[in-house]
Amino acid sequence: MSDNLQPRGSDETTFAQPLYTPIKRRSFFMYAGATAGATALVLAGCSKDSTTTPVDNGISLGAGDVGVLNYAYALEQLEAAFYAQVKSVTPVGGAGLSQIEKDYFTEVATHEEIHRNFFKAAITRDAPGKLLQNLTPNFSGIDFTQRTTPAGSAKLGVLNAAKAFEDLGVAAYNGAGKLIKTAAYLVIAGQIVSVEARHAAYVRELITPGSFAADDQVNPTNGLDMAMDPTAVIAIAQAFVMEKLDASTVGK
Amino acid sequence: MNFFKIIDQLSEVDPDVLDRFDSRRAVFSSLGTAAKRSALAATPLFLGALFQKAYAGTTSTPVEVLQYALTLELFEQDFYGKVKGSAPYAGASAADKAAIDKIKQHEDSHVTLLRGAITSLGGTPVTGVTFKSAVFATLTTFPAQLGIAQLLEDTGVRAYKGRAGELLGDANGLLTVALQIHSVEARHAAKIRTMRGQRAWVSPADDLATHPVYTSGVTGPTSTTTPFGYGIPAYTAASPTENNTTQSGVPITTGLGATYSAADAAASFDEYLQAAEVFDASRAGGLVGA
Repeated sequence: MSDNLQPRGSDETTFAQPLYTPIKRRSFFMYAGATAGATALVLAGCSKDSTTTPVDNGISLGAGDVGVLNYAYALEQLEAAFYAQVKSVTPVGGAGLSQIEKDYFTEVATHEEIHRNFFKAAITRDAPGKLLQNLTPNFSGIDFTQRTTPAGSAKLGVLNAAKAFEDLGVAAYNGAGKLIKTAAYLVIAGQIVSVEARHAAYVRELITPGSFAADDQVNPTNGLDMAMDPTAVIAIAQAFVMEKLDASTVGK
Repeated sequence: MNFFKIIDQLSEVDPDVLDRFDSRRAVFSSLGTAAKRSALAATPLFLGALFQKAYAGTTSTPVEVLQYALTLELFEQDFYGKVKGSAPYAGASAADKAAIDKIKQHEDSHVTLLRGAITSLGGTPVTGVTFKSAVFATLTTFPAQLGIAQLLEDTGVRAYKGRAGELLGDANGLLTVALQIHSVEARHAAKIRTMRGQRAWVSPADDLATHPVYTSGVTGPTSTTTPFGYGIPAYTAASPTENNTTQSGVPITTGLGATYSAADAAASFDEYLQAAEVFDASRAGGLVGA
């Protein structure tokens, strides 16, 4: 790693700890992008008489703060891809969006693209070689021609999918804050989560006026928004991603 | 409501974080000035910001951060209480009333939660924080009230953002609680903005874009003491304005591989305010009182 990140003087392992936390060898292979290497490790552990299937935990998002950044990057990739589809596919009028809605979603699409590109730039600069790969979205469960989910349809309408993504994003950032060790990263996460909450509230209002902070998302007793752990969030997001993701080491 | 149960569910102990910060401080105090400057210059801007923040003198306690949060919640609670008792509210639509009621319900919950947290930590919750009656009396229409509501909610978002960092590593899970309140305030802000025909996100095109809530800096002398009986961190330099288009040294409009407008770059990131800025007479400080 670059010497620029190391200060002169004592205690440099403690200084570097957020980004240089000792990692398991399997995780190292996953960082290097050599998922084949990880699989090879697993297979090497199998006896020749074994009939068990090798376990594939998926692509690790990484550990420590880098894990949190990759985790955010993964979610922003999904959101950016989703809104890009809305921009190019969803019609104005008919079963689609109104013009003003299309215009506002075009702005939201840009916000998410900026978030995604920002995390890519930040991780590339601060943790070279540890950037999560480009993910392949799976939007087969979304009908981009429909503003809302038609009755009895198995596919989500645009607003319903947007609401799901935005609310999940809020819960993800809220739950990730405690895992962050670097204050500057917490500031960035804070700057983004409130924008996602604004998106979420806006989309909710389009579906059901008055639901901007409804009880299904904001606890009516304590007034708190949702906060979810990375593995729980990825378990939900997994339905929209072709690659299997492993969030088990995020923040650890 | 069992406060401790909530905190138990939210807490994650990280005993190493504070030691880690102390070790960094020890590293830097052992360096000469030149070495310190060059080390800072060599670090990525992310880490540089961390060290600057560590040296900004932020030695507040969690109770002080919670008291600050409670102050703003009491302020909002009183404002919305005044709204609900006013003639403009009485004449508003059922949908508009429901929105105000929902927001106030949350502010009430936040007040209760924060009081409980402060008390459980051995503090005495701040009291007597109200929205100036004389100013409220000038809000003779519902739109006028909504304009102030938008400013209050957007202030709340910036205020929580400005102090969440002080709860980093808190063993009682208070950082998560702060974040969970912060995003609710953002939802409130989005709703009020939508009611006012503005975008849900902060934009240079907002009708109130030039208000000090969206800029930064202070108009008067600052202090680390407040009239509410607790201290706040010392004011440093003006925080980024909401129109800011540079994040961690990266110019968003041109530095991300594609060209983005200033408006989109500004809207993609909300900005924090320091406590001294929030309490400045040009913002909440000028509206709090009898």
